Amino acid sequence: MFRNQYDTDVTTWSPQGRLFQVEYAMEAVKQGSACVGLRSRTHAVLAAANKAASELSSHQRKVFRVAEHAGVALAGLTADGRVLSRFLRSECINHSFVYESPLPVSRLALRLADKAQVCTQRSWKRPYGVGLLVAGLDETGAHLYYNCPSGNYFEYQAFAIGSRSQAAKTFLERRFEKYNDYTPEQLIKDALSAIKETLQGEKLTSSNCTVAIVGRKDDGTMEPFETIDAKRIQEIIDSMEAAEEAPTEPSAMQQEEEGTDAAAPMDI
Amino acid sequence: MSRRGDWVYENNGGTCVAIAGADYCVIAADTRLSVGYSILTRDHSKICELADKCVLASSGFQGDIKALHKNLAARELLYQHQHNKRMSCPAMAQLLSNTLYYKRFFPYYAFNVLGGLDSEGKGCVFTYDAVGSYERTGYSAQGTGSTLIMPVLDNQLKSPSPLLLPARDAVTPLSETEAIDLVKDVFASATERDIYTGDKLEIVVVNKAGTRREYIDLRKD
Repeated sequence: MFRNQYDTDVTTWSPQGRLFQVEYAMEAVKQGSACVGLRSRTHAVLAAANKAASELSSHQRKVFRVAEHAGVALAGLTADGRVLSRFLRSECINHSFVYESPLPVSRLALRLADKAQVCTQRSWKRPYGVGLLVAGLDETGAHLYYNCPSGNYFEYQAFAIGSRSQAAKTFLERRFEKYNDYTPEQLIKDALSAIKETLQGEKLTSSNCTVAIVGRKDDGTMEPFETIDAKRIQEIIDSMEAAEEAPTEPSAMQQEEEGTDAAAPMDI
Repeated sequence: MSRRGDWVYENNGGTCVAIAGADYCVIAADTRLSVGYSILTRDHSKICELADKCVLASSGFQGDIKALHKNLAARELLYQHQHNKRMSCPAMAQLLSNTLYYKRFFPYYAFNVLGGLDSEGKGCVFTYDAVGSYERTGYSAQGTGSTLIMPVLDNQLKSPSPLLLPARDAVTPLSETEAIDLVKDVFASATERDIYTGDKLEIVVVNKAGTRREYIDLRKD
């Protein structure tokens, strides 16, 4: 994309029928640090690679709880993302106040998309520079949506956004067909592996990633949207690395969780 | 019963009581819902758990009470999102007062008693009028049976007057079981003479272990 005379205003079309400002906003998403989301029939997992401005500062919060049944992970201008999270939270609260039931995830994604679209059609506004992965649970099961700054949104089985997300997408493309029947632990492991792909060589530890999960357990009770604590993440990472180091006998590995994926090849 | 043509409220009756202890709080309310001389249901809860250490019991007009409880619960959820923790009882006490005064010229017909643990883990009870005037006390009763119950609590709980100096702790030295027994006794007495109080007593106890609920039968006449 090169600078041209049609890219100053969001309300100016180019002769080819493009809105450059909106496309530039999507570029901002690609500059943000990576996030991945994946889901099974009953659970949805979001993971984000933490990026700190410097060694002295704390890292950016990229995963936000929006309601008991839903949350978002964002990439891009995180300030825009924070404001949108606040909007989503108030939409969920208002819906459950009026209807005494949780806002279905598809409607949540729709509200967000409509809000983003407004900014693409006002001369005094600019598009939000943040892409959101919206994960949640409702009556119809677990869902994952990706909302663009353009106002478009799609449902996904698994997706990755942000810088170096192509590596994660390639990883997910190979495995996503089995995700519907994955256990929550398997989903978390794959999310961590996908994030690891985006780190490109850097060691994956619990301090440079955040993972959150929401879902419905087998007995029907709900696991509300919650960030998994760092200690548990480190345990899972350690067990994944130990399984990698002994590729010849994955079944002999002591796994923490019930959902052992010893049968799946660790060909990351 | 004839009312003004524009009277939009009705009193659904009932009584609420709360007693604060050193490290617990007992909040209790009957479960009878009435209108006029009729009973609408014997099994309606007047108690709402707003936060993990904060419980609200209200008597009066159930329409306003339901709206008030929903309003506060939504505000508490917003607080949780913004501050990453649940609302403390004193914070909720102020919020309730502000919410009630907000409708100073079309009030919530709700007589509230808020109970729970404060940030130090000590029991606290806040008692309100319909427009938000509130006070932290050691115990309180509100509702149709309150005039029958308050004098008995005053007698039993020997709480010092707030006018005394130096200020003395209002929470009762009674143990949790003694406080619960007292609550059961005062409700049994109020049920005898107040037609709007009876059927079942719902008791919620908040202490550092968490929150638990008990139901005791009361006279159904």
